[in-house]
Amino acid sequence: MKSVVKQERMALSGDEAVAYAAKQSDVDVVAAYPITPQTIIVEKFSEYVANGEVETEFVCVESEHSALTACLAASATGARTFTATASAGLALMHEMLFVTSGCRAPVVMAIANRALSAPINIHGDHSDSMAQRDSGWIQMYAENAQEVYDSIIQAFRIAEDLNVLLPVMVGLDGFTLSHTLENVEALTDDVVKQFVGTRQFPDVLTHEGTTAPFKLDPENPMTIGPLALQNYYFEFKRQQEEAMANSLSVIQKVNSEYAEISGRSYGNGLIEAYCLEDAEVAAVCLGSTAGTMKTIVDGLRQEGIKAGLLRLRTFRPLPVEEIRSALGNVKAVAVMDRCISFGGNGGPVFHEMRHMFYDVNPHPYVVNYIYGLGGRDTSPTELRSIYEDLQRILKTRRVETPIQYLGLRE
Amino acid sequence: MTGHDKGWKEIAPAGVCSKSSISFLTGDWKTYTPVRDLEKCTRCLLCVLFCPDGAIHWKPDKGDIEFDYSFCKGCGICANECPTKAITMKLG
Repeated sequence: MKSVVKQERMALSGDEAVAYAAKQSDVDVVAAYPITPQTIIVEKFSEYVANGEVETEFVCVESEHSALTACLAASATGARTFTATASAGLALMHEMLFVTSGCRAPVVMAIANRALSAPINIHGDHSDSMAQRDSGWIQMYAENAQEVYDSIIQAFRIAEDLNVLLPVMVGLDGFTLSHTLENVEALTDDVVKQFVGTRQFPDVLTHEGTTAPFKLDPENPMTIGPLALQNYYFEFKRQQEEAMANSLSVIQKVNSEYAEISGRSYGNGLIEAYCLEDAEVAAVCLGSTAGTMKTIVDGLRQEGIKAGLLRLRTFRPLPVEEIRSALGNVKAVAVMDRCISFGGNGGPVFHEMRHMFYDVNPHPYVVNYIYGLGGRDTSPTELRSIYEDLQRILKTRRVETPIQYLGLRE
Repeated sequence: MTGHDKGWKEIAPAGVCSKSSISFLTGDWKTYTPVRDLEKCTRCLLCVLFCPDGAIHWKPDKGDIEFDYSFCKGCGICANECPTKAITMKLG
């Protein structure tokens, strides 16, 4: 194991941590449009450009749809490309999210997770990125500003890996992470530059019958993603699914290589298991909620209650085997959704968690808590009540309400 | 689908074209075919400029134009633009 390199402690908000990580990652093109609570990312990065601190081409665009379109085009020419958005901005990108993943453009995008209108709400929840979960992007959710910084750097390596070539979204909870100052240990510019490296390209067969690096280059003409009908479209979609599966091992590899230089890792990169070895009751959550949940688990452990937490760091691809194995001995699981799937009988994370235990016998009780919508604060007392519910389920062997709203006024 | 179509592991990613558009003969889409009256045609070349498929070529050696029916989709723009009405669209 290499010795951990020298680092600088900085006071950064989550947004600033994103901008700083992108600055260090040797990004060629940024096209972005400001939206709360992502605005600081764009402001900060524009400042770097204006000050001549980066050589990045910054493209001012008129909307998020254009922002991602410009990023896709830049990425297709071989440029390392970054953008950031939130809420309605991500919704406006919807069409281009699919085009970007379909074109296998490894764009990295930070999402300062925010509720969707109406009514207008600028605060944190996961409705925006959860609504894009089938768009072919890798999705990661950070717990704190430090992880935001580390994840953006890692995201370039994951996206650009030749066995992946998929765009990556890194989610940071709006305001809770985006606007809160935290201590962040930052690597030096040289170390980050060396870690992310330069973009590599696979050789592909072109229409001229020759092989050429997979990028738009006048020297080697190529057409990317124009048309595939009944006879080929399906095959290209299957390739994307394979790339998602490939990314499972790449995310783990990048997480451990990053740990070697920085001394920081996030579980195995896919999930973080907290006190799960002998846990009987456990919660599953994403993002900043995990920080509070760990404190709750610590308290319960002191009382002799076998409580644990599984934090899903990577939601796409869903690390099914890793989750099943980490929750192997747990008897009751509470899945927390900071998002609502209207009419869907529970939140999106709940659906997938429950589904993956169908083939497991005996499987744990799996219940759902929808919480924190529109930035609603979730108190430690409320979070603790989840574990109390799970204990009651184990005692009575009965689930009275499989889907509950935590912190909602009746 | 034909037996010659490749499997998903064999093809380049992202719909990268494995064939040139030159081998994709779009001329068989047409219902109407442009036919030129050589007497009326003044070789003004407006049809060459307007053809959206680049399917009308100016041949300097012949001093005349030529329709490339392999790529003409029969849209009729040439007939519409022709100032001397030298081009008519015939069924078939």
